[in-house]
Amino acid sequence: MSPAKKNASAHKPKVRLSIVVMTVYLLFLLVPIYWLVIMSFKSNSEILGMFTLFPADFTLKNYQTILSDPSWYMGYVNSFIYVSLNTVISLSVALPAAYAFSRYRFFGDNHLFFWLLTNRMAPPAVFALPFFQLYSSVSLFDTHIAVALAHCLFNVPLAVWILEGFMRGVPREIDETAFIDGYGFTRFFTKIFVPMIAPGIGVTAFFCFMFSWVELLLSRTLTSVEAKPITAIMTRTVSASGLDWGVLAAAGVLTIIPGAIVIYFVRNHIAKGFALGRV
Amino acid sequence: MEKTVNQRAWFLVIPVLILVAFSSIIPMMTVVNYSFQDTFGGNDFFWVGLEWYRELLHSERLWDAFGRQLLFSSIILLIEVPLGILVALSMPKKGITASICLVLMSLPLLIPYNVVGTIWQVFGRADIGLLGRALSDLGISYNYSQNAFDAWATVIAMDVWHWTSLVALLCYAGLRSIPNAYYQAAMIDQASRWSVFRFIELPKMRGVLMIAILLRFMDSFMIYTEPFVLTGGGPGNTTTFLSIDLVKMALGQFDLGPAAAFSLMYFLVILLISYVFYTVMITADKDEAQS
Repeated sequence: MSPAKKNASAHKPKVRLSIVVMTVYLLFLLVPIYWLVIMSFKSNSEILGMFTLFPADFTLKNYQTILSDPSWYMGYVNSFIYVSLNTVISLSVALPAAYAFSRYRFFGDNHLFFWLLTNRMAPPAVFALPFFQLYSSVSLFDTHIAVALAHCLFNVPLAVWILEGFMRGVPREIDETAFIDGYGFTRFFTKIFVPMIAPGIGVTAFFCFMFSWVELLLSRTLTSVEAKPITAIMTRTVSASGLDWGVLAAAGVLTIIPGAIVIYFVRNHIAKGFALGRV
Repeated sequence: MEKTVNQRAWFLVIPVLILVAFSSIIPMMTVVNYSFQDTFGGNDFFWVGLEWYRELLHSERLWDAFGRQLLFSSIILLIEVPLGILVALSMPKKGITASICLVLMSLPLLIPYNVVGTIWQVFGRADIGLLGRALSDLGISYNYSQNAFDAWATVIAMDVWHWTSLVALLCYAGLRSIPNAYYQAAMIDQASRWSVFRFIELPKMRGVLMIAILLRFMDSFMIYTEPFVLTGGGPGNTTTFLSIDLVKMALGQFDLGPAAAFSLMYFLVILLISYVFYTVMITADKDEAQS
């Protein structure tokens, strides 16, 4: 009893230090976000005229502007369409490939795996111009599918890597037992294997969704009107009009919300996803 | 776990190959093609060989951007890695507070890049931003759109704000995989806090730290949107990093040849460095499997 007690008291100052570190760090993270959120509830004259830590004149007008103007809210719709398309495409091609990498050795597998990684590492700026020309030449410019395909450049490798990490954790005996029981590959894969790694698929989908959602350069280059994402609409507002700060802030807040909601469900797997499935 | 040799596994990989070939190899070939040619507009191209490469290697503009890029990546790594480790060590181990910390910390990672830029643009302005206002009230002259040092400080603060959580989350995942017995052994040996960190926690975090450094290096090396929104590469060219310069050249001035040559060299640098990292990572994996 007494050594444990002594130990606890010896640890106390350290615990306090860690609380201080965490508090300062979280404050550092949250204050800029707080400022954006607060600004979205202020009128433009309050933002420019007064300096208030809390909206003196609480207004929802900025959100109203966005949600009632198609040129604003269609940006969210467009983003959702290409992001969902991209997630579906990435997952459906990555699942079989990740299975192959996690279960078999085959000619050139390591080189292929590294080559996939290099695509994750390729700067989007390098691909902006060729993508623009490629998708223009097959008349896909300014369509949702063009952006979805372009984002596959980094999302498919990411999906393969994360899924491979999760699949390695499933014992091979399960595959073998299923094959002995007379399951064909397709039936085994869809009926047994996919449900078993469902959490992994969920996390991968989350990461595909997220990286497609936050990307701006490619989606802006590949769209003009019909498929313009919300992030590109925002930058146009920054540069062109007389800077409606309140609306800009509200638009920003609305782009954070989807991620903020989903993150709660994947909080325990997020590190594994960022580590490309390697934790 | 021993994998079996099965060449038919190739069939499972083919869809990925086709898709990535379409979105990576074909555009890459276009780039290679342009990098050896010049045009007077229209579709008249003629062969110029290595001319663009020669020109770029002597171009001060490119070397300056490259230097700025290296400096930026080194600074943010030097800040984010130690800070990330510190935060990971300070995180609560379990319970509701751990969940709250995880969610709050992940928040910046999920914000669209240009919104990150916008947040800091607003936050740092002297007239309407909390940070800018607070600094000017303290008597510090601060203006990120006029002063080069302030612009750099803001871009770095923004990147630290945006990505330190990534390093912290990875380290935290590494820390949680350490069995309790290690700590108990250290306690019996009356090891100091420092030696616990140096001999137990740091070695166990090595793998995830490698990944964190790899990711942070790569992503900071191709950073575009955040500084573009925040400073537009200015004041002057002081925050024009490689990607910003490249986009200016390719989509702004439409200098196809030089931009293509630039792209290829840029990509080769990244490829080279990522190959080094990858090799180190795989070796570390093997070491871990053996021990």
